[in-house]
Amino acid sequence: MPSAPVAEVTHRLAMRARWGPLEYVFWLAALASVFLLPGRHLILTEIAWLALFALSLDLILGYAGIISLGHAAFFGLGSYLAALMAKHAIISEPVLALLVSGLGAAILGFATSFLVLRGSDLTRLMVTLGVALIMREIANQIPEITGGADGLQGVTVAPILGLFEFDIFGHVAYAYCLTVLFVLFLLARRVVYSPFGLSLRAVKGNPLRASAISISVNARLVAIYTFAAFYAGIAGALLAQTTAFASLDVFSFERSADLLLVLIIGGTGYLYGGLIGAVIFKLMQDWIANLTPQYWQFWIGLVLVLIVLVGRERIGAWTSAARALAEPVTRRFARGPMAAASGEGLPGEGR
Amino acid sequence: MLRIIGVALAAGTLVSTGASAEDVKVGVVLPLTGTLAPVGKQVQAGIKAYMDKNGATVAGKKIDLIVKDDGSVADNSKRLAQELIVNDKVAIIGSALTPSAMAIGPLSTQAKTANVVMVSGTSGVINPNNPYMVRTSFTLGQQSGIIAEWAAKNGSKKVAIVQSDWAPGAEATAVFTQAFTKAGGQIVETIKVPLANPDFAPFLQRARDANPDTLFVFVPAGQAGTFAKQFAERGLDKAGIKLIGPGDIVDDNDLPGMGDAMLGVVTACIYSVLHNSPTNKEYVAAFKKANGYRPNFISLGGYDGMHLVYEALKKTQGKTDGESLITAMKGMKWESPRGPISIDPETREIVQNVYIGKIEKVDGELYNVEFATFDAVKDPLKMKK
Amino acid sequence: MLTILFDGIAYGMLLFVLACGLSVTLGLMNFVNLAHGAFAMAGGYITLVLVNRAGVPFSAGLAIAFVVTALIGVLFERTLYVHVYGKSPLDQVLFTIGLVFMSVAAVDYVMGSQQVFIEIPSALQGRFEIFGVGIGRYRLLIIVICGLLTLALQMTLSNTRFGSRLRASVDDARVARGLGINVNAVFTLTFAVGSGLAGLGGALGAEILGLDPTFPLKYMVYFLIVVTVGGTSSITGPFAASLVIGIADVAGKYYVPKFGAFVIYTIMIVVLILRPQGLFARAAGR
Repeated sequence: MPSAPVAEVTHRLAMRARWGPLEYVFWLAALASVFLLPGRHLILTEIAWLALFALSLDLILGYAGIISLGHAAFFGLGSYLAALMAKHAIISEPVLALLVSGLGAAILGFATSFLVLRGSDLTRLMVTLGVALIMREIANQIPEITGGADGLQGVTVAPILGLFEFDIFGHVAYAYCLTVLFVLFLLARRVVYSPFGLSLRAVKGNPLRASAISISVNARLVAIYTFAAFYAGIAGALLAQTTAFASLDVFSFERSADLLLVLIIGGTGYLYGGLIGAVIFKLMQDWIANLTPQYWQFWIGLVLVLIVLVGRERIGAWTSAARALAEPVTRRFARGPMAAASGEGLPGEGR
Repeated sequence: MLRIIGVALAAGTLVSTGASAEDVKVGVVLPLTGTLAPVGKQVQAGIKAYMDKNGATVAGKKIDLIVKDDGSVADNSKRLAQELIVNDKVAIIGSALTPSAMAIGPLSTQAKTANVVMVSGTSGVINPNNPYMVRTSFTLGQQSGIIAEWAAKNGSKKVAIVQSDWAPGAEATAVFTQAFTKAGGQIVETIKVPLANPDFAPFLQRARDANPDTLFVFVPAGQAGTFAKQFAERGLDKAGIKLIGPGDIVDDNDLPGMGDAMLGVVTACIYSVLHNSPTNKEYVAAFKKANGYRPNFISLGGYDGMHLVYEALKKTQGKTDGESLITAMKGMKWESPRGPISIDPETREIVQNVYIGKIEKVDGELYNVEFATFDAVKDPLKMKK
Repeated sequence: MLTILFDGIAYGMLLFVLACGLSVTLGLMNFVNLAHGAFAMAGGYITLVLVNRAGVPFSAGLAIAFVVTALIGVLFERTLYVHVYGKSPLDQVLFTIGLVFMSVAAVDYVMGSQQVFIEIPSALQGRFEIFGVGIGRYRLLIIVICGLLTLALQMTLSNTRFGSRLRASVDDARVARGLGINVNAVFTLTFAVGSGLAGLGGALGAEILGLDPTFPLKYMVYFLIVVTVGGTSSITGPFAASLVIGIADVAGKYYVPKFGAFVIYTIMIVVLILRPQGLFARAAGR
């Protein structure tokens, strides 16, 4: 068997995975914000865990083509687990609790992944929505544990690694969230540029063809769904730990819907979409809410409508220049996989 | 490209602006959108009514009011309150319903900022752990205990309870049950209804099947109307079952639209629009003129909350640290549109009159007409301790 | 308890009237219209303004709500929806969610956020007893109106030319076009009727479900469950599904109040696992 093609593919994969200059700029700016913008750490913390949450959705939406209206189910579970562990001192150390919460969410993701394997996009929408709503109802029905409609009160979070105590200004919280985001981002990057990640894009492009070349579609979907649930759970745990609070709203439909908006603003399929989208969405929301405290929902809805009318591909085309800078090597290869990953399936797909 | 510009613009808004040192900043976190919006709007209107009447300057300083919308989500309340305290450096923070008040409480303690609770009716919100919190709204216990006593004296022997499944509901039930059974009555069934609930029908049917002579109900502002309609539709009033509850269920905000099903309902409330005092008449007239609808008991949480802030500032002569303000607030007494009220110096709770009122038609509209008064009622759950 | 059964049937039929438009739209054009609840809300508020403020009689108010909402549906369809037909389901979802947010905020601005009640005629208030079963008058009206509507819909579908064109278009739009059926016109008309029905349902349901600006968000889930369980290729599917859901929800809350709310979500998930295309759908088509 000739090894030249294998070597060539490996080489190309490695080239594609190289860091582009804009990526460095992004993360250096993030690091700088820790020191240069101390007054905004509260909202930056929110942006950080929202970015992680959006990243987790991107993994299944942008890379595997699974539409989910209920990603908040994993977010919420991670949130409650972390809050409960902190409140009852089951696991006091936040980082450890974070990992356990993520694992809990991953288990839920694994258990429900089979539901999204079958059926059309609409079925997936409904099933994921249903799971999130059931989780919410469960949390609502055990108020002795979850605090029910009032939320879980009396949570105190221990210092991180026993050293860094959470302060009211949110400095420690932000540094914590940003670090977690960065580490998990690196991991995700590793995954999507691996052969596994490549096979995912094949599955997204055309599941039938992918299975014809012996890529086991279902196994991969289950794997990425579980992985994404793990990330979403950690994002939820970050929320719970930085606010020392958990309420039923972590499971709400609005949360899943807002998440879709975040990802759409940023663009799917290139990992940074969630991050950039989180920044823009949160700041936009904050700005609009300050202008019109009562009716900001209207403007958010308008943005959604306009984005769809203008067309995500057109918006994606505008940013392809930026993306090309971020991944200099991909320009040399066929536009196929990248274009497919940034928008919906190519025409004529069997979906 | 557009996206990069977007991010840059967005980053620009991260730079915060400065403010004048002679201002006293009061930050209030309210639900102005979402399911609890009617509550937030009434509070905001009450605050505005007070500031319109008394101006925006107190003790030589200008009051800078900052209102934030938490969208009826308790998570948001906490973050917004944190931003108000840390970024806007507010001297006083106002909180609204129970979940958000409980979320904001520890923040006010940590930051040593005076915190006025304007809506919450749950006793546990004001406690020794959070010494900077003061309440100007009411507690469910104040009303539920009084109506229990009145009902026992006025022919109720078997009561079925229907409550919304959250902390205020649990408290109303607990106080009512205790007071009613102590007066010799019997609770035949307690039914908990999910807070977000479309249809009361099955719960009401269950209540009816328990054969009570009276139904004690607590549902939050905004749901009372649907409840009343279904109460009548189910024929419970024809079956001779009386409907009683705390003033929440005859909320003046919703009462005009509730329909004749509500005639004859008796409640123990802390305020009715028809309360007969010159202070109140003035308040209602000004409020209606500014907003076009009636004020309700919730608006007074905001109105009296601002009064408390103003008077405290006058007493501390402009000092805004939490210690001084809370010390000034304790023990303060004044005449509110609802009647005489005061802040209990030991518990920082509100002490006020509770009125028994009946729903009647006055000038073609439904009103809650007071016919009995209980003076200076304290929160029963705190009195036991 | 027969009263509970009666209540459940009334609730289910109301759900059906509200959701059938969504079901047919989905089956016909594969278009996910999450803003369906907004049309229902519009119908409710239109009736409110007519009956409460302009003194229009209740029955006329209902009829006008149907017509006006249908017209609004046509307007929206021709100006906004037509641009998103070819887009992916995700785009359609986002688009319609955006419309929902906008309509909720707009109604809040214009009408205020408190819950509102339509003044129903006194003849419809209260209940009467038949053999010991309590029958609410208003709920009886709902059952009668919705039953008649269902019959009318079913008859239109099976006995008229338009009905067969509609069924053909749902089955396979491309072939239908090839046979000379103007699928776009069929769709516009169907969308209008579906929206009109939603508006009527909103007006009827205001008394039972409560009407306020957050109505579309609160009840969207229920419509989607009806459509998912009932499938999108017939009228009888969503009809049966609505009844099952209505009765299960009401009975669940009566007998087991603690778990009552779970019942419908569980039904939905079980159905989706076993038969992803819905309980009553035919296997053919999309």
